[in-house]
Amino acid sequence: MTTPAIPDHVSRQLAATPKAQLVDMLYQMLLGRRYEEKCAEMYALQKIGGFCHLYIGQEAVAIGALSTLRPDDLVITAYREHVHALIKGCDPGRVMAELFGRRDGVSRGKGGSMHLFDKDKGMLGGHGIVGGHIPLATGTAFAAKYQQKDYVTLCFFGEAAVNIGTFHESLNMAALWKLPVIYIVENNRFGMGTAIERSSAIYDVAQRACAYDMASETVDGMDVLAIRDVIGRAVDLARRENLPTLIEARCYRFMGHSMSDPVHGHYRTKEEVEGQKQQDPIKRYFEHLKAAGLVTQALLEELDRKARAVTEQAVQFAEASPEPSADELYQDVYAEPYGPYTRSEQ
Amino acid sequence: MALVTYRDALNQALREELRRDPAVFLMGEEVGVYQGAYKVSKGLLQEFGPQRIVDTPITEEGFSGVGVGAAMAGLRPIIEMMTWNFSLVAIDQIVNGAAKLLYMSGGQFKIPIVFRGPGGAAHQLAAQHSQSLEAWYASVPGLKVVAPSTPYDAKGLLKSAIRDDDPVIFMEGETLYGSKGEVPDEEYTIPIGVTDVKRQGTDVTVVAWSKMVTVALKAAETLAADGISCEVIDPRTIRPLDDGPILESVRKTNRCVILEEGWPYAGVGAQIAYQVQQAAFGDLDAPIARVTGLDVPMPYAKNLEHMVMPTPARLVAAVREVLYLD
Repeated sequence: MTTPAIPDHVSRQLAATPKAQLVDMLYQMLLGRRYEEKCAEMYALQKIGGFCHLYIGQEAVAIGALSTLRPDDLVITAYREHVHALIKGCDPGRVMAELFGRRDGVSRGKGGSMHLFDKDKGMLGGHGIVGGHIPLATGTAFAAKYQQKDYVTLCFFGEAAVNIGTFHESLNMAALWKLPVIYIVENNRFGMGTAIERSSAIYDVAQRACAYDMASETVDGMDVLAIRDVIGRAVDLARRENLPTLIEARCYRFMGHSMSDPVHGHYRTKEEVEGQKQQDPIKRYFEHLKAAGLVTQALLEELDRKARAVTEQAVQFAEASPEPSADELYQDVYAEPYGPYTRSEQ
Repeated sequence: MALVTYRDALNQALREELRRDPAVFLMGEEVGVYQGAYKVSKGLLQEFGPQRIVDTPITEEGFSGVGVGAAMAGLRPIIEMMTWNFSLVAIDQIVNGAAKLLYMSGGQFKIPIVFRGPGGAAHQLAAQHSQSLEAWYASVPGLKVVAPSTPYDAKGLLKSAIRDDDPVIFMEGETLYGSKGEVPDEEYTIPIGVTDVKRQGTDVTVVAWSKMVTVALKAAETLAADGISCEVIDPRTIRPLDDGPILESVRKTNRCVILEEGWPYAGVGAQIAYQVQQAAFGDLDAPIARVTGLDVPMPYAKNLEHMVMPTPARLVAAVREVLYLD
């Protein structure tokens, strides 16, 4: 029996990345998983309302991608973004407080699950209209170049967003003007319940970059080191040469589109979901680290306990946080004070 | 004081604010090399260069969002719509982006951006190029909507809009660009949200903005010949609406006619009429009248277009009606 060869990108990343960071990435994946599981529980208890889109299954993408960033780099995402926010440095308690609609939430309870913002951490949302935030990322990249600064912007969206106009308008401008932005397509195969084969004339999302003469790569989105490898190159290209890249990360969501949607049903089978779970990104990463002698089962369990404890503390923080007060209702509609000004509201 | 066109007054405002603050830039179709579709940005590329006077592809939603993103990152963009008609493909970025980001982020992201360009009908441009969309944008909390009628107001208000920390929808009158008026030589600004009395009168209050002020002033001249004194009030800002001077005038004249180029249904005039009757019902001696563009897509034929547009004659008739003269 022969041992399967270790892929190049794995040995490259294991050699180039400090051990502490490799272990921390494992912890981040566990935190993302436990946190989202807790969100499902809190949603069932009606502590979390509205739409709540969980990231379970896709952790490798955000964690691999964000592992390549500096603190001053920016992240803009769609609405499946709890984990992106946590990994960008948002306080887990304040994120949970936001999901609970509480005053100490990162967006003061005004945003909720789909609108997590933390300016100090470079977390620019949390946007709820499919494709609507792609031009914003193009705009922050425009600003970086305008200000002659070398921060980069990572823009995350699902594969279903590549058929809306903003995607094409943004890629065109980013390539035309040479902007330091990385567009990361989290291709989890389904736009809600519509499979990519039923929505896109071209299956290979990364190919679309050729229309804009833009660098692109397709990567296994269930392999955190592969993501880190690919995004790391794209970040370098953006930072050094002001060039954008389109990355397609092929991943899979283990949950329904949102908490109110079924995991499987008309659009995918239970067998398909169970089959994909064999590719669990946390398990795969752990196996890579274990094979390299960097972690043990005991360490995994210790990290998992920590992730659960942090999640539990986040819930406690959110529970203790008050609801926003009524006088905050009209706050931040405008930068200057604003009250009910039409008499119909008084 | 110099006699300056509305176009040049806007150009002066842009130039002065671009000089004043390096975070200010102008982006849009044909703003640079072409010198502006309506020449509002004439000469700016030469003075400020292509980094700050940015020609875009025809991609309104894209570059509107680029502006909003740049504002999130600390810049103060001015986004030119070649006409406001084209903003309808960008409205998601304006309504779901610019207007909401401060609120949704719990006050973290101010969006100091100006969307500006010409609105309203010109001459025989037909249905897709002849719209007055201020009611659409004015209905959105988080946006400010400005529609100046004179070169003086245009310059002073545009400078305030550029310095404002909120998104401002700045609607210029397409047929006003060549109109002339006095503009001071020294620097000045006009605060957003301050109504102006364009003509004093005693018998009836006429509320009008943008190029409808010209229509109102013409009608007022005609009516003056018949001994009827109109007070013409120009809110200049549609949102926030400074209704104090309107109410003050109505309390004096006891009659009110609202003149609006846009459609009647859910128009700005409907909101103003609501506010006037709510606050000054007891002062009104007649129901409030509205004169608006007619409730149809703009037709191309010259005679039909003329029927749609509010005219001094239609305003004269409405004024006589609220005075019970006809």
